[in-house]
Order: sequence, then structure tokens, then C-alpha cells
Amino acid sequence: MKKWLNVLEQNKRLQAIVIAVYIVVTFISLYLAQKSVVAFLLLLSSLLLLHFTTFSHRVKWVIGIVVLSVLLPLAASQGEAYQSYMEVATLVGIYIAMALGLNIVVGLAGLLDLGFVAFFAIGAYTYGIFATTQANNFMPFGQYPLSGESFWVFLIIGCIVAAIFGILLGIPVLRVKGDYLAIVTLGFGEIIRIIFNNLDKPINITNGAMGLASVQPPKLFGLEFMYPSQFYYVVLVILLLTIFVVRRLEYSKIGRAWKAVRENEIAAQAMGIPLVRTKLMAFAVGASFSGMMGVVFAAKQTFVDPTSFTLLESITILVMVILGGMGSVPGVILGAALVTILNLQVLTELTNWLNQLSLSGVVSIPDALSPAKMQRFIFGVILILFALYRPQGLLPAKNPRFDEKELKSGATNMVDGKEGAKDVYFNG
Amino acid sequence: MSILTVKQLTKQFGGLTANSNINMDVQKGSITAVIGPNGAGKTTLFNMVTGVYQPTSGDILLNGESIVGLKPHQVAQKGISRTFQNIRLFGAMTVLENVMVGMHTHLRSGLFHTMFSTPFMRKEEKEAKQEAYRLLQYVGLESLYNEEAKSLPYGAQRKLEIARALATKPKVLLLDEPAAGMNPKETAELTKLIYHMREQLQLTIILIEHDMKLVMEISEHIIVLDHGEKIAEGTPDDIRNNEKVIEAYLGKGATTAS
Repeated sequence: MKKWLNVLEQNKRLQAIVIAVYIVVTFISLYLAQKSVVAFLLLLSSLLLLHFTTFSHRVKWVIGIVVLSVLLPLAASQGEAYQSYMEVATLVGIYIAMALGLNIVVGLAGLLDLGFVAFFAIGAYTYGIFATTQANNFMPFGQYPLSGESFWVFLIIGCIVAAIFGILLGIPVLRVKGDYLAIVTLGFGEIIRIIFNNLDKPINITNGAMGLASVQPPKLFGLEFMYPSQFYYVVLVILLLTIFVVRRLEYSKIGRAWKAVRENEIAAQAMGIPLVRTKLMAFAVGASFSGMMGVVFAAKQTFVDPTSFTLLESITILVMVILGGMGSVPGVILGAALVTILNLQVLTELTNWLNQLSLSGVVSIPDALSPAKMQRFIFGVILILFALYRPQGLLPAKNPRFDEKELKSGATNMVDGKEGAKDVYFNG
Repeated sequence: MSILTVKQLTKQFGGLTANSNINMDVQKGSITAVIGPNGAGKTTLFNMVTGVYQPTSGDILLNGESIVGLKPHQVAQKGISRTFQNIRLFGAMTVLENVMVGMHTHLRSGLFHTMFSTPFMRKEEKEAKQEAYRLLQYVGLESLYNEEAKSLPYGAQRKLEIARALATKPKVLLLDEPAAGMNPKETAELTKLIYHMREQLQLTIILIEHDMKLVMEISEHIIVLDHGEKIAEGTPDDIRNNEKVIEAYLGKGATTAS
């Protein structure tokens, strides 16, 4: 096995053949066997396979985007299950973006945030309120609901509003550290949910526990976005943008500052890193992705109510980050995809299957034991197992590795490091 | 010319007076040592100078300008850098990254440049990497640049702290027990390095150290603290023969040693 992997690793052409065959086979099997969830998942996991190849980043990106934007929808589009596949894929995308946001806060900056779903809620309500008749209750001007075209503007507004709330949360919260921070953020998450639940009087802003119904679907050039297959592309674009931004930030001065703060606050400060600003930045950037996806979520569901934003959601996102590998972008993407698919597909399929079995009288399983109800239990087990056996996650974070040639090229006058140092200091 | 002046500096933690009325004048380009028994308040003094603690009373002047009340990162930007007694590296980051963090305040590319990966940002990052590598060469750690900082041996970690502190381009460098845990060979290398830094980088160096051989050899000026108070200061020779210092810290053997 190991020998084979080695051969594969050295031979790019072989890799290309393997991945091409894999994609074609899974594509055809999904194309032909529309009801096969397994085929759908196998086609998705071609991306994981792609991650392990040794192609250049650009090639990987191009193949990945082709698979996601053309092959997956095309293969799934041939049967009745099309919309439900796309629904799952859309939700996976939404959760990945949120997990990437949380990864900045928890994984890079080391600030344990247990109320992250609050920013998602803020994004969802920002669009929800103005894209329903709800805003008529308190806005002195304007006609509501706003048309679906405003959705695109609200993507940015949702992003900014969530970032502002991230900073507002950050200012008081950053006085505390570690466990206390986790408790305060947990409180924040609950406060936001309860505020949305109760803000129907004295002025009816959020419509309380009733929620906001019939949110306007997004519109672009007269085309209304109604189906998951359409939202899929919206989510895909935002997700790619998110990954791009996260990657850029991670390997920049800001990313290094986040990691330094995570590793040692006092030393980071002594190196000239402003602690509060750096942490607030992490909160704001993390929250903004979440807020943006909140807007998409509201438009997709066409219904927003406080029960979508419970503590369990925050924990779920945290599980994604921990499972995948804190601080590791590919890891977090994998973790988010696995957890979402486990929730939406595997557990529901298992439940359906067991239901059928008990209906036909083969086995009888009490309702309380149905897999869909064991979600929390399964998360608990996953967390314990990972904490014990793989604390760094599925795909652990990697430090950037530098090439010695690149480092040395600027040091031509440095035959002896010690003698040249004076020049270093004042020229550099 | 004095670069750093400490006036009547006092720090109280509740009822405990960690530093009381300390006066200190550090000449530009000098090597000054702060010595004294454990618990004398040496590190507290460093922490006040670098902004980690706010003094209860008194003043600290850098080039005639007060730095009391500044946050630690502002003090670092003013040109005071330090290493730590209990090593505080960014353990999970690579050696090169550790040094690059030290350059934080000198990198100009903000969010915009980062997002669009502008030529300006790429050039700056490349230069930062190269300069970080040269600093590693300077302290002799260049072969370990891709290692995780926490996997380094103890002596190398101390050197890395110095390289990281140099990356902030300080005027004054505070070294908190730089030779702690080093063997005689490493200490000799360190002594050389400290000299080099002063000569080549025109640094002013203040160090806390218990290794008297190193202190007596290297420093031009010594300040002795005991129970939070300054009990003596002067050249190594003065200190070696000072009755109070011998009683409080050095012990009888020191007059004949080295």
C-alpha cells in the first residue's frame, strides 16, 4: 500500500489518470443512479482526492471549480432528487463559509467563541426584516418588502452589520481570556437569539417567535432565485470568495499577528502587535462571512425565526472546526462538509431505512433511538474521540514552508553572516 | 548622552512594594546590567519599562520623552524591545515566522494590499522574509528556519528570542536572563553576540543576569537591586568591592573571583 502511494506521489501523470477515472466513474454512476446518495458523496469526495494530489494550486483550483460548478449539478440534474442534492450542497457551502469564519476566531486568533451563530442570525435578520413587510412596522419611510434585486446589496450590508456586531461584542469581551471568554460569547449568542425572539414589542421589529415569513427571493436581471439549484451557485461564488480571502489573510502580516496572539499574548505585544485591534479584526472578519451567509440563508429558506440560531448551531460549527483541524483551511472545509452531510444525509437516510425496516416488521426500534435524534450524542462522541486520538484534526494546520533559495537571494553580500549584519540592519 | 532615564520609579502590588524609588540613567550605546537576588524586582523593572506594568509613581523617559502610560505595543514601536526570562516564543510557528512577527510594525501593507496581493505587498513580504533570514544568520540559527519554534533546543530558543527582538529594530534592547540554562560554550557565544549587537547595530543593551562572569566581563555599568531598592551602582570594579552588594548578593567569594 505504502509503496503504491509512493509511486503515485512521484508520478503526476498517474495521478491525473487516477483522478480523471475517479471523477468520470462517480459522475456516470450519479448520472445513471439518481437516487444513490453514495454516488453523490463519492463525486463530492473527488475534491478531497484532488487535495492530496501534487498538482500546482492553479490546476487544483480549476479542476475543483469545474467539478463543483459543472459536473456535480449536471450529474445530479437527471432525476427527481436533483433539488434535494442541491439543497444539501448549498447548506454544505453555507456551513463551510461559517466554519471558515469561526476558524479565524478560534483557529488562528485562539479566541474560543461559543456564540458564533449570533452573527449568522444577524445577517439573516438584516435581510429578513427588509425583504418582508416587517420593516413597514417601524421604518418611517420607504416601501417594504424591498424587491429581490436588493439581495445583492444586502449581501454586503449583512457582511458589514455582522462585522460591526463582531466589534461591538469584541470590545467588552476582550477583557477576559480563555474559559471566561467562552462563557461570555456563549452568553452573547443566547442574548442575540432571545432579543430576536422578544423584539416584537413595544415596536414589532423581528416579529418575535412567529418569525419572518415569505422573504423575497433574490432577483437578477429579472430572474428569480427560487430553487436550491440556483442558490447553489450564489453560495458557490461567495464560498470561493471566502476561501480566497481567508487564504490571503492567513499568509499575511495580519495572519501572523493572529497566530502570534494565539501563541503568546505578552510576547506578541512586546513585538509591537496591538492586542485589541488584532483581536477585534479577527472577530470582525470571522463574523462578516457568517453574516453574509446569513443573508443567503434567509433568502433560501424564505423564512427566518429564532429557533434556527440555537446554541446547538454554534456548537455544530465549532465541531466542524475542531474535527477538521483548527487553523487549517482545507481541514475546516472537510470538517464542515462531513458534519453537514452526516446531519442532513447520512442520519436522515439511516432513519428512513430503519423506519422502513420497522414498518415491515423486521426490527422494531424505539423512536427515541432513531439516528436523527442522536445528533448531539454523535457530536459528543466525535469530540471525545478527536480530543483523545487526533487533537490536531483530520487535516492538521501546516506552517508555511519557505524556500531557502528565495530567502538567500537578497543576501549576496553576506559571505559571513556576522560581518554583513550591519548592512542588513540599516538597509533592510 | 543618556537614552533611557528612570526617575523615582515605584511599583506596588497591593501592600507589596516591588520597586521603590528607583533612579537609573542608561547611556546610549552602553551595556548595563541589572543584578540582585531573586525577588529583588529586576523583572518588575523591565516590565514597567516595556509597558507591561504601569508604575505606581515615577517616570520613564526614552530620549527625553515619557513612555509611562503607553501600551506594550506602543513602547515596542518607540524602539524598546525585549526577551523574556521564561521563554515566550510563538511555539507552533516556524522559526522564520517568529522573526517575521517581530517586523510587524515595519510592514506597511494593510487589508487592501493583502486582499489584492499587490506588487507592493509581494515585494515587502519577500524583503521581510529575506531580512528575517539574515537576522537568523546573525544569531546563527539559519539552518533551522523551517522548524517549529517549540522543537528547538533551549539555547537556540534563547537566541531566537534575541533575533525576534532585533526584528523590531529597537534602539534599546532588554535581555532578561539571556544566559539562563546555557552551557559555558553557549554563554561565551552569547557574550560575543551581545558585543556584536552593540557594535554593529548601535544598540543600547540592558540585561538582567545571574551569571557574574558574564556580567562582570560585558557590562560597563551595573545596577544592584535588593528588596525593590537600588543598593548600589557603578562599574564592575566598584560593584565587586561594594560591601552592601557583597552582603546582599555576591557573597564573600566574589571579591577574588574572575
